[in-house]
Amino acid sequence: MSNLEEKIDEAKKLSMQIVKDTEDDRLMTLSVGPQHPGSGHFRFVIKLDGDYIVNVDPDPGYVHRGHEKMCEYRNYFQNLPQLERPALHDSSNILYSYCLAVEDLVGIHVPRRGQFIRAIASELDRLVYTQYWLAIYGIFLGHSTMFMWPAGDRELIIDLFERFSGHRVTHCFSIPGGVRNDFPYNFKEKCLTQVNYFEKRLKEYEHIFYNNPLFRQRTEGVGILPKEDAIKLGVTGSVLRASGVPYDIRKVEPYDIYDEIDFKVQHMKTCDSFARSYIPYLDMVESCHIIRQLLDKMPESGDVRVKLQGNMKGPPGESFKRVESGRGALGYHIVSDGASRPYRVKISTPSFRNLIALSYLLVGSKLGDMPSIYWSLNYWPIEADR
Amino acid sequence: MGSITPDFRFGNLVGSIIQLVLVILAIVTVLILPMIFFALFFVPLPVVNGQVLTPYLFFSMVVDPSRTLPIVKFLMHTALFKAAIFPGFLFASLIAAATIFIERKLLAKMQLRVGPLYAGKVEGIFQLLADGLKLISKEIIVPSGADKPIFWLAPVMFVSTSAAVVSLIPVAYGWVVADLDVGLIAAFALLGFFPLIALLYSWASNSKYPFLGGLRALHQMIAFEIPFFLSALPVVILSGSLNLTEIARSQNIFWNIFVMPINAFVFYISSLAELERIPFDLPEAESEIVAGWLTETSGMIFGLIQLGSYLKLYALSALFVILFLGGWYGPQIFPHELIPGASSSNISLLKIIALDGLYNAVTVNSIFWFTIKTFGIILLMLITRGVNPRIRIDILLHTGWYKLIVLTFINLFVVLTLIYGGILGPGGIILPK
Repeated sequence: MSNLEEKIDEAKKLSMQIVKDTEDDRLMTLSVGPQHPGSGHFRFVIKLDGDYIVNVDPDPGYVHRGHEKMCEYRNYFQNLPQLERPALHDSSNILYSYCLAVEDLVGIHVPRRGQFIRAIASELDRLVYTQYWLAIYGIFLGHSTMFMWPAGDRELIIDLFERFSGHRVTHCFSIPGGVRNDFPYNFKEKCLTQVNYFEKRLKEYEHIFYNNPLFRQRTEGVGILPKEDAIKLGVTGSVLRASGVPYDIRKVEPYDIYDEIDFKVQHMKTCDSFARSYIPYLDMVESCHIIRQLLDKMPESGDVRVKLQGNMKGPPGESFKRVESGRGALGYHIVSDGASRPYRVKISTPSFRNLIALSYLLVGSKLGDMPSIYWSLNYWPIEADR
Repeated sequence: MGSITPDFRFGNLVGSIIQLVLVILAIVTVLILPMIFFALFFVPLPVVNGQVLTPYLFFSMVVDPSRTLPIVKFLMHTALFKAAIFPGFLFASLIAAATIFIERKLLAKMQLRVGPLYAGKVEGIFQLLADGLKLISKEIIVPSGADKPIFWLAPVMFVSTSAAVVSLIPVAYGWVVADLDVGLIAAFALLGFFPLIALLYSWASNSKYPFLGGLRALHQMIAFEIPFFLSALPVVILSGSLNLTEIARSQNIFWNIFVMPINAFVFYISSLAELERIPFDLPEAESEIVAGWLTETSGMIFGLIQLGSYLKLYALSALFVILFLGGWYGPQIFPHELIPGASSSNISLLKIIALDGLYNAVTVNSIFWFTIKTFGIILLMLITRGVNPRIRIDILLHTGWYKLIVLTFINLFVVLTLIYGGILGPGGIILPK
């Protein structure tokens, strides 16, 4: 009885607190909503005390399309085109882990050349995604040149995709069992030319954006996410690596041929917005090295895919595979009951996991820091909503 | 687009032009000439060339081309011409239009784009015209709960205050709309109206984002007004006058920027903040507060505010040129007569072509150099938009209230020391005799 009374008292106090909060004239509720130009397909309601943010209420779900449920009504191959929709410009990576999980379920091995081609597509897509993200990050800090440059250079990589997959953005190139088709004639030289040019451009990005004192002033020491908190909150990808944890799925659980590739896991110890915005840039530099190595080591000829039956039945069981996408660890958990369709597909998206850090970081910061913190989280609302 | 239609005939073109000319002539004879006569008989006319202008004299002068020039000269020195056309509103608006075009093209070149390309056949030169027409034809949406009189009045106030600043700017000796003895103070006083207008408009919009933007505009402009005034102080001390014409004339051999580079820099930074241009475009920071105090602007209200801000850009660049870059002084590159020997000859056609009596080599040269210098400063102000991100408000206030004020004082003391040491005088460095 007394326990219940205590609980009622607590509830009353809490409701009084809420009433007091809403009546407090000092606070201003500001909706950074889906129509606000600074948020993407996402809304968060912030409460302002002067210029300081005292409360953040993230409200995702504006672009929820039920991809997981849709998977249960299509067979393993029909799932491919719809599963790349959540991350359009990172479609190789979002399909990569699905293909790995299906292959693990069925128990087949992809031919060596197919593995290389898939890895190259994955790295190229990481460049495309990161450039897109960098463009958005630039424009939301008011740097219009940083919007135009990556958005323009992105076209070069997209042209490469068009050469070997026939599509520009959603190419649906990785399939269970390998890749759809082999590289066209003379692709290696073309790819190397583009990557070399792109590396030159990356240096220019650094000059105009990352070394800009005004950009440094805005991001250094802003939105600090300490190492312990980053691990506790469960963030992944560039956000985790910016907090000083060298965690990369390509190194931790190497898939396909990544154990043969020599690359560094970039991490920084400053834990601030600058680190979170600089790590994807360093990843792009690293991706260029990886692509060069992959092109060198790739076998000259060979099969690129294992032919699977169109409506193959998955053996009963489950599988879970992760890859390092442009935003962090992206995993698929597939449960099969022996039918030609999966029983359940669960996507673990890095965006949703990084979103958790948003309210943690924004509370106590200034309104002017909001874009630099929010976009540094490498958050892609469409992927988070699935 | 941009090509000749297949059924084009040159003869048709000539025919239509002739038809047009005939129609215009008919309208002039039937309607406009009687109206002019009517007006001229009832309006008291001024004295031109020592003769009282009568309608008969006016028409004889118009018909005889050699006698037209005095009328044009007389009209060019009326106050209305100065305020409305040159060096007033029209001139400033044309410079503002050119600035917008140059800004778009320059930024496009910096950002691997082409910029406006289709409107007008050459490089999208009429894009601004198309944009203006679009803005005029758009509906003006007034938010419910808005303070309507202020909502409608604020854009007009914005443009008129900008035009008032423009009217204080001399583009050549004697070519100024309002030649005030306290011209510099008047300019600063007028600039002090802008935060008020921004705040009024943001309050009248009855919306949260404009309100935050208006407060930011107020903070920013007030923080930068003090270094703005202080940076112009050594110029006044050196030239001994607040009249902008006198300030420019005091620099005919020696530009102020050589002795006060820090102040010129502070003036430039403060102008950027005053103009709300990147990196100081906090009042319009789109990723934070949508469009700041301009969020609820639509249609021509937006157009007017844009026009006002580009007029302001011209006015502040011109002020920089007058205060630090020696105003309109530069090497004489125009000949003293357009056609040598035209004024002494008896051929009237030659006199007309040479614009005898109208053409003044020194004035034309002054206007030329003034425009060139102003465009240089405008370019400098545009370029920051391409290379810088937005600054944060606390850094901005720190810069305005602390760093820039200290910098202005350093330069002020340097100039005072030089003056009292007898090294510097109104004409520049005093050479030992």
